[in-house]
Amino acid sequence: MLEIKNLHARIGDREILKGLTLTVKPGEVHAIMGPNGAGKSTLSYILAGKDDYEVTEGEVLLNGASILDLEPNERSVAGLFLAFQYPIEIPGVATMTFLKAALNSHRKAKGEGELTTPEFMKLVKGVAEKLNITSDMLKRPVNVGFSGGEKKRAEIMQMALLQPSICILDETDSGLDIDALKVVSEGVNALRSPDRAFVVITHYQRLLDHIVPDIVHVLSDGRIVRTGGPELALDLEKNGYAAYVANAAA
Amino acid sequence: MAAVKETVDQVLSIDVDKYKYGFVSDIESELAPKGLNEDIVRYISAKKDEPEWLTEWRLEALRRWQTMEEPTWARVDYPPIDFQDLHYYAAPKKTAGPKSLDEVDPALLATYEKLGIPLKEQEILAGVERGERQVAVDAVFDSVSVVTTFKAELAKHGVIFCPISEAVKTHPELVKKYLGSVVPVSDNFYATLNSAVFSDGSFVYVPKGVRCPMELSTYFRINEKKTGQFERTLIIADEGAYVSYLEGCTAPSRDENQLHAAVVELIALDDAEIKYSTVQNWYPGDSEGKGGVFNFVTKRGDCRGKNSKISWTQVETGSAITWKYPSCILRGDNSRGEFYSIAISNGRQQVDSGTKMVHLGKNTSSKIISKGISAGRSNNTYRGLVSVGRKASGARNFTNCDSLLIGNRCGAHTVPYIESKNASAIVEHEATTSKISDDQLFYCLQRGLPQEEAIALIVNGFVKDVLQQLPMEFMVETQKLIGISLEGSVG
Repeated sequence: MLEIKNLHARIGDREILKGLTLTVKPGEVHAIMGPNGAGKSTLSYILAGKDDYEVTEGEVLLNGASILDLEPNERSVAGLFLAFQYPIEIPGVATMTFLKAALNSHRKAKGEGELTTPEFMKLVKGVAEKLNITSDMLKRPVNVGFSGGEKKRAEIMQMALLQPSICILDETDSGLDIDALKVVSEGVNALRSPDRAFVVITHYQRLLDHIVPDIVHVLSDGRIVRTGGPELALDLEKNGYAAYVANAAA
Repeated sequence: MAAVKETVDQVLSIDVDKYKYGFVSDIESELAPKGLNEDIVRYISAKKDEPEWLTEWRLEALRRWQTMEEPTWARVDYPPIDFQDLHYYAAPKKTAGPKSLDEVDPALLATYEKLGIPLKEQEILAGVERGERQVAVDAVFDSVSVVTTFKAELAKHGVIFCPISEAVKTHPELVKKYLGSVVPVSDNFYATLNSAVFSDGSFVYVPKGVRCPMELSTYFRINEKKTGQFERTLIIADEGAYVSYLEGCTAPSRDENQLHAAVVELIALDDAEIKYSTVQNWYPGDSEGKGGVFNFVTKRGDCRGKNSKISWTQVETGSAITWKYPSCILRGDNSRGEFYSIAISNGRQQVDSGTKMVHLGKNTSSKIISKGISAGRSNNTYRGLVSVGRKASGARNFTNCDSLLIGNRCGAHTVPYIESKNASAIVEHEATTSKISDDQLFYCLQRGLPQEEAIALIVNGFVKDVLQQLPMEFMVETQKLIGISLEGSVG
């Protein structure tokens, strides 16, 4: 589903990814863990196509096709979704309006017509309810004045609405208390399916208690330095990243 | 929102240099010789079969104008205008007072149809059956008013809505009493020029206690080459009356600049309210700054009576140069003035616009909400004056000016003037300048929105407070227009 081969990328003069290779198959949940500055968020931005980064080598295939030459919106409609660590505020634009614009872009790309307003409302309400998102919140401007938990729930709501094939969750647990973490995790788990895959980027093990990964990778200094099962996350929680940081430096 | 989607479709279907309304209508017209002198003024006055007092009024204005100099204080830059190289009168032929739409040149009706203006009464009536609100339209083509719809319906309520050239004949006492009473003949260079050569425009009178039953609307179009358009609008709301009026403006794409110098005067008597909205989309010139309309407009409202209210809402997306400051004179006690503005500049457009709120009466209040959006290589200036007179105790003003920059080759400038001569006045000014952030764009793109659509969405959010002030029918149109105006603004 997602194949990252020998990916090198830089921002300015600084090389951040130094030959990252990762294969994610349909239905799998991969966790990427690593110390601060390992390149975790950079990876998510590069996959989504943010233009601050320059890819110098390697390739990224989504469902067999290279996406590195695609614009971010083209990657989105091709099925790639990024749940932001810090969701962006858009003043004056009602969340509902934003959702509709996003959904219609996706439908248009698939050659489908726009939903009627009642159809759309029904769809959104169904998705929103599961995430404890009130209709009042849908009327408020995108992420403006949302609490940390509301922002993350809104991200998962967008994910549920757009039905992507690959979901990248960037530090989705940051800023969440335990109750919000549960709601968000349940939202994500409800979307798990044999034809959808997840890449969960996180610093801490606690998110992985709720969203249980199939495979755990350690990212350090721009490369995957170790891959294992869920037990690897527990090991990291106990022993920290020191061993990998030292490895990378050596 | 459907409008946003349509915006995108329209943006995608248009190239950068293609202005939607840039077609020229092939209509035979009658032109005055080029140049400006007493003979031309008499020619215009004679064409309109005006009474002697008005001819004299015009000549007096011309004499004043000849002693005046063009103002240079605005932050706009343009080559000198040769005022002797313009036609001051152009009229479509065969306009000897069309009695009904059937008598109007079909090419002209086709033009308005292309503009999407529902001139045909039957179409408007069809709209009524669908439960939409009625809009009465006065269409001004170059120098003359072509057709006014719904006159009879309005007359039942005592509302007068007609071309000003007609009002001069049918209601001379009203015209004589109010014309020039808000914007005096010698007010400023362009207003004085307008007073000398004004061609046509709309006249509205709403009698005591009448709430005008429908939106009134005028569409202005410049068609002829090298023609100045000098329309004059006069709106009077008598005691306790209410009227909402909207004007729309378009012009063909031409390599040469076209001059537009209008004057609008509003008078609100005791307890009256006037709401005046403008969607200005004159041809802005191409992306290199060739062509486009020079828009030098004087708009002023006089809250002459107590408890009166005047509200200006403007959406400025067109013109190569905009020089425009719709103002309120808050003369009556407890009167209120409002100014809501969206000014968008792209390409090489230059906008210098804002408002003046002059507090003279007691307990007067004013509110200014200005949203400036600059893109391309344009410059956008907000220039505003809040003045509180010595006797204006209890005056209150709130001003909010927000500027949004798109790209890094444009400019936004805010020049607020505050003068207070009364210690009890409360004047507040808030201003922000921001850029559409790369993060906002990236976020929208990540959700699948193409770039142009993302920009239109973010900008529509930025101007939301002002959009809400527009009459419903024009809100959707305006959202589309915003998207179109910003095409090619990034990248």
